[in-house]
Formats: sequence, C-alpha cells, structure tokens
Amino acid sequence: MKIVVCVKVVPKIEEVRFNPETKTVDRSKASNEINEADKNALEAALQIKQKIGGEVVVLSMGPPFFEPFLKLCVAMGADDAVLISDPVLAAADTYATSYVLAQAIKRIGFDLVLCGESTADSGTGQVPPQIAEWLNIPNISYASHIDVVNKKMIVKRTIRNGYEIVETEPPALVSVELGSNTPRFPDFKRKRWVDKEFQLKVWTAAQLGVDLDKVGRRGSKTDVIELKELSPIERRREIITGSEEEIAVRLADIIKAELTT
Amino acid sequence: MQELWVYVEALEDGVENVSLEVMGKGLELAAKKGMECSAVVVGWGLDKVVNELRGYNLSRVYYVADELLKTFDSSTFSKSLHQLVETYQPAAILFGATYNGTDVAARLAIRTGAGMIAHVVALDIEEDTGMLVGDVPGFGGNIVAACKCRPSVLQLVTVRHGIFNPPEKGESPKAEVIHFKPQLEKTDAKVRLVERKVEPRKEISRAELVVIAGMGTGGDLTPIRKLAEKIGADVAVTRPLADMGAAPRDVQIGSTGYSLKSRLAIVAGVSGAIHFVSGIRDVKTVISINTDKEAPIFQFSDYCVVGDLFKIIPRLVEML
Repeated sequence: MKIVVCVKVVPKIEEVRFNPETKTVDRSKASNEINEADKNALEAALQIKQKIGGEVVVLSMGPPFFEPFLKLCVAMGADDAVLISDPVLAAADTYATSYVLAQAIKRIGFDLVLCGESTADSGTGQVPPQIAEWLNIPNISYASHIDVVNKKMIVKRTIRNGYEIVETEPPALVSVELGSNTPRFPDFKRKRWVDKEFQLKVWTAAQLGVDLDKVGRRGSKTDVIELKELSPIERRREIITGSEEEIAVRLADIIKAELTT
Repeated sequence: MQELWVYVEALEDGVENVSLEVMGKGLELAAKKGMECSAVVVGWGLDKVVNELRGYNLSRVYYVADELLKTFDSSTFSKSLHQLVETYQPAAILFGATYNGTDVAARLAIRTGAGMIAHVVALDIEEDTGMLVGDVPGFGGNIVAACKCRPSVLQLVTVRHGIFNPPEKGESPKAEVIHFKPQLEKTDAKVRLVERKVEPRKEISRAELVVIAGMGTGGDLTPIRKLAEKIGADVAVTRPLADMGAAPRDVQIGSTGYSLKSRLAIVAGVSGAIHFVSGIRDVKTVISINTDKEAPIFQFSDYCVVGDLFKIIPRLVEML
C-alpha cells in the first residue's frame, strides 16, 4: 500500500510572541518542530507498512527550512519525502493549501493519505477533509486506530461521547487523532544514511504544474484582517501555605464560599 | 432576500447543543442585518428533529433526506448540502465545529469555492456589507485572527462549543419545512458504519463546578473523583491524561478540547501548558494544587497550593 503522510512544521507555541505594535506574530525566537498530530499520522503509516508492506512518502508545503524536519521523518522510517516550496505559495489559506497538497498527492500517487487531525499553530482541522474533496475520495477524521485487513480499512474514530468503527476501501484519506499513538524515535543508522545520502525532492509550483490562480494569497478565499492577543486574565495568585491540615481548612473555606455565592 | 443558514446536527438524544448555540448567534446576526435565518438538517429519519426546529424563530427548515444519509459520510453529506446550496443560494452557513460538522463544512468549501472561517470564538456581521467577521484562535488560543471571506463568495463558518447561547423558543411553530431530496448514487456512499458507541453525558463547557486532573495524578483519578462527588462538580482532564485514556476526549480541557466557563475550577497536578490554560481563561475562580512551586499554572490561578494532591485532597474532602 502506498501511503502519503502530510506533515507541517510549526513553531513551538509557548515560544511564539505577539508584537502588539505591529500586530504580528513573532516566530523568530521560537524553535520549530514537526506538528505533533502529524507525527501520530506518520507513526500510524509506519505501523501499517510494517503489517502489510508498502511505501510511505512524507509530503509538506513550506519554506526551505522545513527540509531537515522532513529528513527526520525519513530517519523515523518514511521511504521518501517531498517538499513543495515556492514563494508564490506563501500566505495561503486552507483552500489554497489543500489544493496544492492534493495536486502533489496526485503526482506522487497513493492508496491512502494520512494527516494529523489539526495543527498546533492554526488548529482548525480543515485541510484534511479539503484535500479529500479535491481528490474526490472519502475522508475519515479523528481516527484513534487504523487497521487494514484484506485491502479494507477499518477505522476507529472519536465522536462526541464515544466512538464509531467505520470501514472503507482505498483510496481514502484518514486524519489521525492527536496523541493516539506514541511516535517512534528516528533510527540512528537510518539517520546517518539520510544525512549522507538521502536526497529530498523539492518541487516548485511550476514543476508541480499548479494553477497559479488557485495558490498562495491570490488563490485564497479568506483574509486575516487583524491579529489580536487576548489580554491576560487578572488572577489573585494568592499562595496558601501551612501544614497540610491548615491548607485543607483554608481551601475548604474558599470552596464553601464559592459554592454559596 | 438572501438567507443565513444554520447547519443543525442531530444525535440519538436530539439536537446537538452546539447547533443550538450557533442558531442563537445566527438568529441574532440575521436580525442585525435584516436577513432571514433558516436551519438545514441533513440525514434520514429525522422528522422529529425537524418538527422540534419549527419551534424556533426560523424562516424555514430545510430537510435534506435520503436513505443513503443514514450513516455519516462527509462525501455524501457535503454533496447533498451542495445541491441544496445551488438551489437556494444562501449568503452564509454556520456550523458547529464538531467532529462531523467540520468535515462537511470543509468539503463544501472546496465544492463551492467558498471562504471558510473555522473554529471561531467570536462572530459578527458588518451591517453595510453583510460580511461575517470571525475570530479564529491560534497558537494555543492566546492569539486570535479576525478573518473575513473574500467578497461575493459563499461564507462558511464553524463555531467552537460553548461560545454562544441557545435561542429562546418562539411562541408557536411557524417555520416552513422544505423537503429536499438530493441526487445521490449508491456508489457515492463509501464509508460504512460497523459499530457505534455513545454514552450521553453533560457537556463539560456548560459545567458550573469542575475538578481538573493533570499528569501529577499519574492517571489515578480517585481523589479527583471523590472531591468532585463531594461538591457536585464534573471531572475534566488535561490532554496527556486523555491521551493515556484516563478519561474521554469529551472532558479534555484546552485549545484542542473544550473551554470552561465555570464558577470554580480546582486544578490538580496540572503544569499549565499554553494550550491548556486557554481552556480555563473564562473560569471565575481557579484553585491550583501542584508540587512544583515554579509550575506556570500558578500564574493563571487565584489560589495556589504548593503541595501533594494525594495528601491534601483527601483531607479537603473530609472537611467539606
């Protein structure tokens, strides 16, 4: 089975700062990482490959600094990695992003597409179902477990107050729930091979042959009109000290007072 | 007159809460702009729900029904909704950002070339243009982007749980029901349901009193549950505990789960990662217990206890 895993490199959110004067997000001091849920998707893909064989290709769209992160995915066990990188693709919303990724997935060829459920930076979970629509294939979201039996995919997905088990045949797209597995570490020997010999594929918009009216800011259907930072909530931050007994007494008083107001 | 639609999801136990919350906002925005607000239901065997919806102050209830829509499949649902959109041409559709609503909205956006403002925590309409402006939270929830669709595209919005209030029922059922049969082929339905298990539970975003457990509990929620039971509170958890399976995702607090608006939250063994603390922002009083006096959670708490929750909480339970 040929599996394409979509990954994104995101800044560590606790290191991102907001500049209130320019109203922009300052990522310059933030270190970057592979989006956590996308690592769960890669792990799910590698487990399927281990079980039934096949090929795992990692795909991303972004600036050249994404390259080492995609190589890390190959060191974890992916067979190949493709980065779509072109300034013309920048400032895309989910419509334009999903279009480009879908064209790349078509070019790579696939039976199954796996994505993380959402990303840590924008986190809306729109891109996976949107890619599926461009590809005209079914999508199953928030998968906590994927099993492939006799070319049939059996997926357990989280829904409100419970779960569903659904099945479908490839080609299909599945978005994997954040935290649903423990991603493996890069393999040391494989990492040395990646550093010395592996050649990542980097495609420009022209090489991919995308419709330039559908990409980047021009192809987007939405605009960000303003960025705002939520002001911090004023809290009392009163430190309660004493013996465990004294602390419990004080807490009980606070809670009782809250319960009666 | 162009309409503003609200996509209403129905479950075993009736209409999804967030659909009603979205309807509350939809009615308010439509009134502000002088538009009509109507509901859309997609599925099969949902006549009871459709009838219930007639009781709200909606202009119409569109009921898109076909036997193939009995099982949720984002492909068939979005295809059916697309046909309804082509026929009646609404200006905007609001969805709850649920597991299924998100998928339907996303696929419809591609089908129709619509603008998509996702997971909003605030929503308004410009009176002169009729354009929706939604605040989309990012980076763990501290930074929000006010977003707008490009002119003259269909506007789609998904809304987070627990943000808006459900509407009042009208005096008598008056909304007109429009039955719509989509053109679907048997081969359109590609996802089959094998098993489904749900246990109806109270929505955590509406809870008044909450006790939240973090990794400091090591996954042992016994003291947390005892305290919650004693004061009539609901139990919630952080993301790592939900990952461990200590509690369902339905009670996971933070930007990847639910936000609380409770009167009181007792937060035990939680370090206070950014994606978590955005979920307790609107809590009136926060009490935190953590062994690490440097834990970030204390910056976001009214009462801070540096100590062992396994010793303090049992003593506390005795005193309440």
